[in-house]
Amino acid sequence: MSAPFYVQGAWFVGALLFIFGLKGMSSPASARKGIVIAGYGMLLAIAATFVIPGLQNLGLMALALVLGGGGAWVSAKKVKMTDMPQMVAIYNGMGGGAAAAIAAVEFAKGEMHGLVAATLATLGALIGAVSFTGSCVAWAKLQGVLKKAHRLPAQNAVNVLLAVIAVGLGAAVIVLAPQQPELVIAFFVVALVLGLIVTLPIGGADMPVVISLFNAFTGLAVGFEGYVLGNPALIIAGIVVGAAGTLLTQLMAKAMNRPISNILFTPLAASGPGEAISGTMKEVGPIDAAAMMRYASKVIIVPGYGMAVAHAQHKVWEMTSILEEAGVEVKFAIHPVAGRMPGHMNVLLAEAGVPYDKIFDLEEINGEFGQADVALIIGANDVVNPTARTDKTSPIYGMPILNADMAQNVIVIKRGKGTGYSGVENALFYTDNCRMLYGDAQPMAGEIIQQLKAMG
Amino acid sequence: MDGLLALYIFMLAAFTGYEIIAKVPVILHTPLMSGSNFIHGVVVVGAMIVLGMAETVLQQAIGFFAVALGAANAAGGYVVTERMLAMFKKKEGGQ
Repeated sequence: MSAPFYVQGAWFVGALLFIFGLKGMSSPASARKGIVIAGYGMLLAIAATFVIPGLQNLGLMALALVLGGGGAWVSAKKVKMTDMPQMVAIYNGMGGGAAAAIAAVEFAKGEMHGLVAATLATLGALIGAVSFTGSCVAWAKLQGVLKKAHRLPAQNAVNVLLAVIAVGLGAAVIVLAPQQPELVIAFFVVALVLGLIVTLPIGGADMPVVISLFNAFTGLAVGFEGYVLGNPALIIAGIVVGAAGTLLTQLMAKAMNRPISNILFTPLAASGPGEAISGTMKEVGPIDAAAMMRYASKVIIVPGYGMAVAHAQHKVWEMTSILEEAGVEVKFAIHPVAGRMPGHMNVLLAEAGVPYDKIFDLEEINGEFGQADVALIIGANDVVNPTARTDKTSPIYGMPILNADMAQNVIVIKRGKGTGYSGVENALFYTDNCRMLYGDAQPMAGEIIQQLKAMG
Repeated sequence: MDGLLALYIFMLAAFTGYEIIAKVPVILHTPLMSGSNFIHGVVVVGAMIVLGMAETVLQQAIGFFAVALGAANAAGGYVVTERMLAMFKKKEGGQ
């Protein structure tokens, strides 16, 4: 398929704008300009494609664009900030599905130009299909539709077997596709099932890494289908995302101390035996919690996903302002994987109006917990669990944690006595300097604010 | 397309993607993942070409499906990323 020069030119400019846009997004100052630039690139590429002479089915095409694009536009506008990660997952899955569907049409036409094109089409179809169903599972888990991790007996063997069958069928498709429609159908079914089976046993805590991995997958699939269609814009955009996504996945996995192979092949045990934890959890009321912070000189707040789901970030920021007016130094400590993805918690705090200069990374703030009078932990659990430092049998051993246990006093706002996302007991809650404030983060922050106001 | 030429494009694009991400602060990881998710939404262009050249009803149906999915990837990816990054902008205005 050869498009006229002006269309090729528009695609070229589109690809250029994508790269500039992505570059812009890599720095906070220019990030928003970056996505807008990339958006113009997308509009240009789509508009140019529409006017390629000789294209059929333009009505159907417009209808699909309006249905798919419009539907996604509206739902993306409505979704809450806390639910962003699963939206990224589902849109990513759709991209993978689109790449697989492109390959399916090419197979149906039966006109692959050469072995390389057929191989890349098949590879793109396999990766895209896995990304499609896998991302759907990731969405369902984060959305809470799927609550349990479903693990088959001999899961790893099943994964490998399915992958081998998929690759085998793919090889057969490359050689025999035009004559064997059944083979193509079987190939797609196995690829889709593979995505499901691989993702189902993975726990919600590991999902950010998996979503990032599927994001890279979809990029590769798009790049491969771009080759098949002879479209450099697709190749460039797809492969750039494939490479960037792979690196991003590695960075995230490193922050969680979970090698990607571990996430895919030996999912976190529901509850490792671990060392026995001695001591009891000690409760505290909002009055005492307020007093402890009001008369402290330094408070470090550790927010977790629990704060975000309770929509307590605005109240927490109000509480912070009151404390600061009373002369208390307040800082926010963000674990690399706080929230559901690296940087997610920063987005949520920014939404509530917390300035950047009060937010600190793990490396920046870990040394300061020793000088803090109070560490206030709101809806976070695993990221402050000291067993990650000490207990080699713990499933989270070796994960970098925030040293909240080193503060003079620790106050934990938590809904109940349950364990964190990893299912591991938190030794911090049983230490002598730790107090538990049971309740939803939002009303509890509200009560602390009232008490603080009463203290003047 | 010339196979070797495509290989050059693959290599340079991969290098570009790697370089862009290598120096990104952690706070931008989520918006950037979302942004790169938007960019592979360009798959909609490929889907449009395929639908535009579809001949049978089956090809039309799969092509239609592909365009709708690709468009959803692009539109949803854009809105989600823009909403996340809009917050960073507000912050800077305040400083």
